Amino acid sequence: MIRSEILREIAPTLRDQLVVCNIGIPSQELHAIDDQPSNFYMLGTMGLASSIGLGLALAQPKPVIVIDGDGSILTNLGTLPTIGNNAPSNYILMIIDNGSYGSTGDQPTYTSQRTDLTGMARAAGCARVVEVQDVDTGPVLEEALASGEATVMVVKCDSGNAKMPVITMDPVVIRDRFMKAIAS
Amino acid sequence: MNIDKRIADDMAANGISFVTTVPCKQLAGVIEEIDQREDMLHIPSNKEDEGMGLCAGAWMGGKRPAIIMQNTAIGVTINTLATLIQYYRMPLPMLISYRGELREPVACQVEMAVHTKALLAQLNIPTYHLHWQKDVEELDNILKYTFMCNKPVAILTDANFWGGYGDQ
Ligand SMILES: Cc1ncc(C[n+]2csc(CCOP(=O)(O)OP(=O)(O)O)c2C)c(N)n1
Ligand SMILES: [Mg+2]
Repeated sequence: MIRSEILREIAPTLRDQLVVCNIGIPSQELHAIDDQPSNFYMLGTMGLASSIGLGLALAQPKPVIVIDGDGSILTNLGTLPTIGNNAPSNYILMIIDNGSYGSTGDQPTYTSQRTDLTGMARAAGCARVVEVQDVDTGPVLEEALASGEATVMVVKCDSGNAKMPVITMDPVVIRDRFMKAIAS
Repeated sequence: MNIDKRIADDMAANGISFVTTVPCKQLAGVIEEIDQREDMLHIPSNKEDEGMGLCAGAWMGGKRPAIIMQNTAIGVTINTLATLIQYYRMPLPMLISYRGELREPVACQVEMAVHTKALLAQLNIPTYHLHWQKDVEELDNILKYTFMCNKPVAILTDANFWGGYGDQ
């Protein structure tokens, strides 16, 4: 499966949750599949989805699901120790590990070679780390929501992108409706 | 006056309850003060752009954030300031140790000091430079201004402000 197929499958679960979504095609795909005010789309700033989601989870009690990518985690590796030492029980980091920088043309990342994000998350202090095959994403995400524990999911899937339109919504609108969804 | 406590008190009085930090020698006292306070959640970050991500999330979640960092971090946070904090219009007070200014003992620090204000000006970031300890009286107004306009705001604090390095 590729990222967009996974997103389509878990969209019914994501719909009711606060979601912080990775820059580029991941956000375009989620926006096209099921746009919700409770989705925060990153339009820039590669690497910070996991950090934004962590700050949000620490500031309020609702569950927060971060949809991140292997390339973005690798560019902000310092995030894993911060998550490992501070993540509250309402934090779920779902890393779509397609072994590539998908948005920029599927150039391979090091996770397609020797680098193991599951092991790195564990070594960084994350307690509940689950490596998942693409087809199992839905049930494992439901389990993570029910677990009452901070969870890092590393979702192994194929590289590839669906062709979706660019998000043209104003960033302040994205942010404002997201804040209203958080407060509601 | 205990300057570290004064700064933390002003932050608390302005509703700041989420603080991330990357240390600098000059900031050690204020970081220790914040770490001990019950009214502030202190989450150390490993790099300042990561810290700004934490602050963005905390603010959207209803907490007023602040970042405490060294001016050498301006270079690594420019993209984050432009494409996250400014683009989505979020408030972010940045308490910054202004290394490489008067009474600085480490020559290398001057290399980023000479770029600090130019980079902040290029980004249209409101910038305040606290040089004398009494300049801390401005902090309360600076914090109010930051949360009024929803912008990142730089508060540069040099070695003279922190009382120098003893023999300098
Ligand atoms: C600082 C910076 N460098 C490079 C880019 C270009 N870029 C945008 S998305 C992306 C790939 C992200 O890969 P990943 O997080 O694995 O997500 P995927 O698209 O594979 O799901 C890159 C390299 C950028 N936006 N910012
Ligand atoms: Mg990827």
